[in-house]
Amino acid sequence: MKILRMLGRSIRDAFKSVFRNFSLSLASISCITITLIIVAISIIASYNVSNFTEEIEKDLTIVVFVENDATEEQIETIKERLKDISNINQKEIKYESKKQIKEEMQKESDIFNAVMADWDEKDNPLKDTFQIKVNKAEEISKTAKQIEKIEKVSLVRYGEGMVDKLIAAFESIKKVTYGAVLALILVTIFLIINTIKLTIYSRKREISIMRLVGASNFTIKTPFIVEGMFLGLLGSIIPILIVIFGYPALYDKMNGYVFTPLVNLIHPNPFIYTVSLMIAIIGIIVGMIGSSSAVRKYLKV
Amino acid sequence: MDIIRLKNVKKQYKNGTTAIYDLNLNIEKGSFVFIIGGSGSGKSTLMKMLYREEKPTKGQIVVGGLNVAKLRNSKVYKLRRKLGIVFQDYRLLPKQTVYENVAFAMEVIGATKQETRIRVLKALEIVGLKNKVHSYPDQLSGGEQQRVAIARAIVNNPKMLLCDEPTGNLDPEKSIEIMKIIEKINKDWGTTVLVVTHDKEIVNRMKKQVITLKEGRLVNNKVKGTYDNENT
Repeated sequence: MKILRMLGRSIRDAFKSVFRNFSLSLASISCITITLIIVAISIIASYNVSNFTEEIEKDLTIVVFVENDATEEQIETIKERLKDISNINQKEIKYESKKQIKEEMQKESDIFNAVMADWDEKDNPLKDTFQIKVNKAEEISKTAKQIEKIEKVSLVRYGEGMVDKLIAAFESIKKVTYGAVLALILVTIFLIINTIKLTIYSRKREISIMRLVGASNFTIKTPFIVEGMFLGLLGSIIPILIVIFGYPALYDKMNGYVFTPLVNLIHPNPFIYTVSLMIAIIGIIVGMIGSSSAVRKYLKV
Repeated sequence: MDIIRLKNVKKQYKNGTTAIYDLNLNIEKGSFVFIIGGSGSGKSTLMKMLYREEKPTKGQIVVGGLNVAKLRNSKVYKLRRKLGIVFQDYRLLPKQTVYENVAFAMEVIGATKQETRIRVLKALEIVGLKNKVHSYPDQLSGGEQQRVAIARAIVNNPKMLLCDEPTGNLDPEKSIEIMKIIEKINKDWGTTVLVVTHDKEIVNRMKKQVITLKEGRLVNNKVKGTYDNENT
């Protein structure tokens, strides 16, 4: 009961103090707002980059060519062996016989059709193939080497060189954007701690009086922490509005992609709500950390 | 029974100045004590050590059964709840009304609303400010502000009232008013009262126990003392 009553008092005091120290609260709120806007933009950017790289990576295909003299049983064993490799996506092992490939190619172009029309089963120089997707793109070359060792496999191709470089580039872009977001959040925390320290400094007297009349450290800290969380929440309102209205507008204007339809943007729904929630939580947590670390200084005698 | 016991207490500040040298002192429960002395005599340091604003460098201090010298920072509130403290500069919250200022001391210890209300109004009645509950501190005179501070100090019925130069900012007439209120609290509730002052007039007039400090040492402890020039 007593704890509840004191918690209620903390919340009431926190709200009161935001309005009583309005100009300082406004300073904290605008500081939080500005940094959270930057954090929001970098979160959106990094999510889009990683979404885009994941999409590209999903499309990466390894083509396995089977030797011409392989029997049907041997082809079946190759399939079984492929299934044993952990990096291979089990559901996406696609087999095409050379006959199917020939027919497909004939459909694609008249020239192919004319040339291939009189090939029969024995003349067909094409090879039976497996098309494979991998789970982890960065391990694609290792997987390719494993496949090469399988009996009766003649060739393994996945666009070596180009793909390896592309994957390496994506990985470093991802790392850079994650690093940037993290650094921004740290800077935000630091900025907010300093602004809140300013507001708390102006209430040094209040804290010392609270200590004099016998308030425990917990009682003193709680209203400040609640206030910090409240300031963080208030500071996240404008960034959230920008995300909720800005991102869909951007998405519509760009028709959902950047430069080419290859680079898709993430669809706004439910993405903007996820980002908004993240921003609100970051705001609250950062406000809480800021005020509790700022008030701690004044709790020593 | 002694409510305050000091044994071989020494206080040296970090800058090297020694404020108190080897002080031994017992104060009985329910007594009314003046602590006098010139500036630099250590009387304010003594007071600060009693409410654990400062820690002694050496020696033992027991206040109301608590070993103050060994009290941890996070447990200081336990001591403060046994004490009411009044300062020369009142230390009121300027943005809160008289009522809120006094109620503050009840709220931080988790009292209920009704309990707070009854006690706050009672305390304000004792200091004679029941008609100013909704005023803000800057709308009051110095004497009235000090009375609010006293009301805040006594609202949770402390065992002891520590007053550090309570009349330092007031004219003689108002000073006597304040001292009468403090004396009344001492008589009616049996609250032990310690008053640090250099106000001769008041000390001579009230004829209470007087402890005289000089350059960090106890030089005099009289039951019905006066403020003699030779003491300072």
